[in-house]
Amino acid sequence: MIRFERVSVRYEGTERPTLSGVDLTVPEGELVLLVGPSGVGKSTLLGTVSGLVPHFTGGLLSGRVTVDSRDTRTHKPRELADLVGTVGQDPLAHFVTDTVEDELAYGMESLGLAPDVMRRRVEETLDLLGLAELRDRPIATLSGGQQQRVAIGSVLTPHPKVLVLDEPTSALDPAAAEEVLAVLQRLVHDLGTTVLMAEHRLERVVQYADQVVLLPAPGAAPVMGPPAGIMKVSPVRPPVVELGLLAGWDPLPLSVRDARRGAGGLRERLADASPPEAPGAPPASEQPGAAVPVRTGVAPASGPGSAAAPVPVAAAERSRPGRLARLLGQGRDRTGSPGTSGASATPAADPVTRVDGLGVRRGRVEALRRVTLTVAPGETVALMGRNGAGKSTLLGALVGMIEPTAGTVRVGGLAPARTDPRAMVRRVGLVPQEPRDLLYADTVAAECAAADRDAGAAEGTCRALVSELLPGVGDDTHPRDLSEGQRLALALALVLTGRPPLLLLDEPTRGLDYAAKARLVGVLRGLAAEGHAIVLATHDVELAAELAHRVVILADGEVVADGPTGRVVVSSPAFAPQTAKILAPQEWLTVSQVRGALEAGA
Amino acid sequence: MTASPASAPARLLRRALRAPEADRANALPAGAWWLWALGLATAASRTTNPLLLGLLVGVAGYVVAARRTDAPWARSYGAFVKLGLFVVALRLVFSVLLGSSIPGSHTVLTLPELPLPDWAQGVRIGGRVTAEQLVFSLYEGMKLATLLICVGAANALANPARLLKSLPGALYEAGVAVVVAMTFAPNMVADVVRLRTARRLRGRPTGGVRAVAQIGLPVLEGALERSVAVAASMDARGYGRTAQVPAAVRHTTNVLTLGGLLGVCAGTYGLLAAQGAVYGLPLLLASLVTAMAGLRLGGRRSVRTRYRPDRWGVRAWLVACSGAAVAAAMIWAGAVDPEALRPGVVPLTAPVLPLWPAAAALIGLLPALVAPVPPSNRAVADRPVRRGKEQA
Repeated sequence: MIRFERVSVRYEGTERPTLSGVDLTVPEGELVLLVGPSGVGKSTLLGTVSGLVPHFTGGLLSGRVTVDSRDTRTHKPRELADLVGTVGQDPLAHFVTDTVEDELAYGMESLGLAPDVMRRRVEETLDLLGLAELRDRPIATLSGGQQQRVAIGSVLTPHPKVLVLDEPTSALDPAAAEEVLAVLQRLVHDLGTTVLMAEHRLERVVQYADQVVLLPAPGAAPVMGPPAGIMKVSPVRPPVVELGLLAGWDPLPLSVRDARRGAGGLRERLADASPPEAPGAPPASEQPGAAVPVRTGVAPASGPGSAAAPVPVAAAERSRPGRLARLLGQGRDRTGSPGTSGASATPAADPVTRVDGLGVRRGRVEALRRVTLTVAPGETVALMGRNGAGKSTLLGALVGMIEPTAGTVRVGGLAPARTDPRAMVRRVGLVPQEPRDLLYADTVAAECAAADRDAGAAEGTCRALVSELLPGVGDDTHPRDLSEGQRLALALALVLTGRPPLLLLDEPTRGLDYAAKARLVGVLRGLAAEGHAIVLATHDVELAAELAHRVVILADGEVVADGPTGRVVVSSPAFAPQTAKILAPQEWLTVSQVRGALEAGA
Repeated sequence: MTASPASAPARLLRRALRAPEADRANALPAGAWWLWALGLATAASRTTNPLLLGLLVGVAGYVVAARRTDAPWARSYGAFVKLGLFVVALRLVFSVLLGSSIPGSHTVLTLPELPLPDWAQGVRIGGRVTAEQLVFSLYEGMKLATLLICVGAANALANPARLLKSLPGALYEAGVAVVVAMTFAPNMVADVVRLRTARRLRGRPTGGVRAVAQIGLPVLEGALERSVAVAASMDARGYGRTAQVPAAVRHTTNVLTLGGLLGVCAGTYGLLAAQGAVYGLPLLLASLVTAMAGLRLGGRRSVRTRYRPDRWGVRAWLVACSGAAVAAAMIWAGAVDPEALRPGVVPLTAPVLPLWPAAAALIGLLPALVAPVPPSNRAVADRPVRRGKEQA
């Protein structure tokens, strides 16, 4: 269906081609997954199929791409519109009209289909994607998953033979991602659509793929093959594959279901070992609180109790009978009446932040209701919940961008919304969803100098942080030329210049590949060990499992679960990481835990 | 007060008259709302009677309250009302400062008059302010405000994108460009909000000139990137596909359109210039027809079809005609009884509500009965997630 013949693409002003030597054939009716580290040219490869590369983006394409024997060199994107449907990374950038039904019809109107055909196809597509309830709604009022489905629907109505998707699930919560993937599955199975898709979050998609195309490095020739074979050699792979390789399973499992079938032996080997208490983070007992290595010069929180704080919480939870009782108990403890025995350990460390009965209203919408939360120094808390549950709002309230309508927020003893931003910078730092928002200057050096001034830090503080988090980036680099992961690291360094004891991150792994994510995890663990309290809002269950001591789940603006990561996520079908699903009922969260246990046992 | 059940025909009639819930299929065409609103505006332009004007504003306001949706464009009504009040205030201020040609005997106050040189004769700054003059300006200001509020009502009730959709095929693509440009502004506002909060995150004050300067560039950059993304998406979805047309047709189109436009220019010049009034009007009309024909023919190059165009049903006609009826009645009343529509200011008299014109103005309420009812605010339950994120 799609043939690449010796395709290479080079953009103006670059030394080497972004893509080269691509020789592939994508057969009809298959779901082909494109994988590879960031910046290897996945989006460029996808762009050549719809003709946007090079007709729209510029650059030089040599070789030949044919889609259903139409040559993209001679056909402009608009002349391929009836054949190829393209959905980019950001669905909002895709929409031309303002309501769902008009959006679905837009492509067909451009192609000049007869009105009765358009009407029929819109109705069919509304049903296929489960959008019938939303047909009259303005697109701006939809949730992320709904928008992504509308975007897919809008390219489906002209009945394209090929669907090209760039990271369709990256911005979605786990449930919404499954929604979208179920739709794609249905298109491939029922309609014989050919789907070519790039995605970083392999744990979500790899089991649906018929073939995988691996782009190993920038400019390197791609490798195509069956998923299991490619995953063995791929530099990026999901936890289920890691676990399979670790345990030596053959054939390599790609889905949790396959893995569970073969996991009996591994579960037996692990039966005697028990997962570490504070998952992901170095066990707290190994860190004598007073001797915390202070690398970035953070005030060593507050005495010995601080770094050890998470553990007593976990221990206290253990002793409680039921999960519900535990949650309720926890809620009571945090409102300030430590009646029960174990919980008295928590307030021992002075909390970095204390949120009490917080409510936030926006117009008529109650974004947060009665949220109560304390975070101790050295503790990492993951905020989870579906899109729109109030995660970002809570972070906004903590950093002072949003004024509470009820309850109190205290960060380092101050109310963030009423305090001068210059004072808050030294108490709390937020890396927003779009790290680019924080960057104004033309060069990394200028950015650093500004950050030092803003935070009143000694000259060179920020630059030192940047060198540590982002080695090998020159002073003159323009922030816009950095990759997604590098930009995040730069924003993190800027925020850390004020040495805030409380660090907040909003969706830090969006658009990061596994390598960048692993670096981020390393950095954040180091910061937590130094006594920084970290709160991250994320959809990424694997990240939460790696990093968080505690998980707080928000739904409709309320805290519905708050407890140690293991306890909260293992029992949840949506928020459990793959390792936990495979090895349930044992409480292993990450592959590295399992590896550690196996090595210890061997 | 009879308890007997209504007769069968009456029940049927009532059921037929009851407005249905609005959805895509029975949505009123944007044109119908505009005709209605322009009818009211025409009526308002024929009178300075404050009671009649107030009644017209009330009619427009009631229909908006009864039939507007909770779509973003529906919120513009309030802005237009404020603009109207501003116009009234401005008119009064000017009248006080600059005086007026209205003779009057009731002096309200006397401002110090600014002495002006001879060449500025006829202009006065300051001086005596009379009650007559104030009342006159108030009436005039109210007239203008009512016009604005009528336009605001049409804006709130009709989706502007739909209005553009009714453009002829040859102009459609320009229409889409306008629609995309219109979404540009709110997105930029959202960007400004987001970047201002981001400044706060870096511990900088969010106000001041420097803040604006530093935010400006990223905002423009973001807006530009978004436009490029939308353009790519539109291109990939077949925007601007054209049909093959015979060369003869293409040339004819060009000649007709260009010739027509040139003719329009010449005709307009003729009309405005003193000596060309004879040939001006016919030339203008003829070239307008030519240009329209060119556009019509140009539509053949476009392969576009329309998805569910708005239908002019009975209800749409009723809405449009109710506005026209109000306008017609007011024009007629103006001819028959000009005194009632323009209450005198010299000497000052209390305005009287003329019965028949007032009753005619009430015809404008018809849309509140016949237009489909927008569904209750079910959208509120699913809140705008993305927007919330951007504010955060």
